Amino acid sequence: MSAVQAADVRKRYGAVRALEGVSLEVQPGEFFGLLGPNGAGKTTLISALGGLVRADSGTLSVMGHDVTRDFRSARRAVGIVPQEIVFDPFFSVRETLEIQSGYFGLRRNGAWIDELLERLALTSKAHANMRSLSGGMKRRVMVAQALVHRPPVIVLDEPTAGVDVELRQTLWQFIRGLNAAGHTIVLTTHYLEEAQQLCSRIAMMKDGRIVALGSTAGLLAEFSERVLRVKLESGTLPPALAARAVPDAAGGFRIPIADVAHAEEALRELRVAGAAVASLEVAEPELEEVFVKIMRREERVL
Amino acid sequence: MSGFPTLLYKEVLRFWKVSFQTVAAPVLSAILYLIVFAHALADHVQAFPGVTYVQFLVPGLAMMAMLQNAFANSSSSIIQSKITGNIIFILLPPMSALELFLAYLLAAMVRGIVVGMGVFAATLWLVPIPISNPLWVLAFAVVGTAILGVLGIVAGIWAEKFDQLAAFQNFLVMPLTFLAGVFYSMHTLPPFWQAISKLNPFFYAIDGFRYGFFGQSDVSPWRSLAFATAALAALSWATLGLLRRGYKLRH
Repeated sequence: MSAVQAADVRKRYGAVRALEGVSLEVQPGEFFGLLGPNGAGKTTLISALGGLVRADSGTLSVMGHDVTRDFRSARRAVGIVPQEIVFDPFFSVRETLEIQSGYFGLRRNGAWIDELLERLALTSKAHANMRSLSGGMKRRVMVAQALVHRPPVIVLDEPTAGVDVELRQTLWQFIRGLNAAGHTIVLTTHYLEEAQQLCSRIAMMKDGRIVALGSTAGLLAEFSERVLRVKLESGTLPPALAARAVPDAAGGFRIPIADVAHAEEALRELRVAGAAVASLEVAEPELEEVFVKIMRREERVL
Repeated sequence: MSGFPTLLYKEVLRFWKVSFQTVAAPVLSAILYLIVFAHALADHVQAFPGVTYVQFLVPGLAMMAMLQNAFANSSSSIIQSKITGNIIFILLPPMSALELFLAYLLAAMVRGIVVGMGVFAATLWLVPIPISNPLWVLAFAVVGTAILGVLGIVAGIWAEKFDQLAAFQNFLVMPLTFLAGVFYSMHTLPPFWQAISKLNPFFYAIDGFRYGFFGQSDVSPWRSLAFATAALAALSWATLGLLRRGYKLRH
């Protein structure tokens, strides 16, 4: 059974095609990344998963429960942290979490609420009104709200947008802990570095379609490469390297290398050619490069 | 366990936390109406034999406040949640359309009835009112606030801006409650306006409610109850349909 399963999900808003036949599967225990530019359909897909949006066609399920036919079980199985910061100004942090528990039919949830407050560093704010919290704290309360019912699947829609570095670190530590404890995590983010570090598998979306889907390592191997970045003080590149090198914006060159051992080789060739090196670094494959390449490829297709 | 009791509790807590605005203020304005109209009209109008005009006014004013506040509760709660975006915290949990409907409806009725009791409590020392039949009083309090509670749900779902909700409230609910025979007996109206009044469902709520106190009314309380209940049933059926389809809530 998949933690999340989407089969040919389609959704239109008037003339806008938000989802054009999205199919994907997320296995239990995975840390899955959903990436794509604004307007790619990520939030629409997540909203359909939580019942906030009704798909025009196709099926969606969480832990084997169809999100419309078996909506109660599906919604019990998923906790969604929405992208925008929203809160109810009438209540305190603790009241907010107690009420959210009640919506899931949980009456005596105090111990788990205490633990969530503790782990999200909110204990001292438990009785503060939601209005008085900073943006980062409100975001953490939203994370806690999504977890009151201990859902096996946790979906975070850009949880670190506009959040300071320290909070980002603590938030990721917390989410990693949940993943290690067996929760399935689905994440959208604009910080590709974070996605690269955290996600074991990634789907990239564009214009309502999935344009790349695979393990993070696989996508990196296929679309990105290790490069040697060289800037010369004097002299020129030897012909063997010049054939492979691509000039970069800083006046240097990017020379693809298969692995680090090749860097030594390139260096020796430079020395033999009599070129003086001003700076040199080995750049690891980056998800950002994968992302840019895939998005450009899709533009050509269109 | 269902999420319904918690949503009901939260909806009641929501208005109770700002009770100056949601309970005390409408009670005060009902008293002001009573004082002003009683002073201006007490010597000129007698609606029912054996009932002074001030007495006649109290149940009507109470019911008008109940209707308006029942409407205000569900409509303002839903539109605030929609505009601030926190409606998602209600839409994401495993609650059915019926659960949402009943929670918003019952909270609206609670607010309406609390306001109504406030009006009676505050006017008791000014005007003693007989209660000839408490069951009729209760029945019309329940059905009247329920109709407006449902109407508030519809308005809250439909409106996308506070301005649209204000239009619904000021151009539909206010005139219909004001012209539902709060300040006069329908029999004092010309025949044409009598006929128009009989199309106003709020008229039946107020007329039947008044029957519970004085044992007298413009039309039979059974007829009023039938009319009001039919209106409630039709509105509830339509509103549940909207909620099930996710109209303007689940896009």
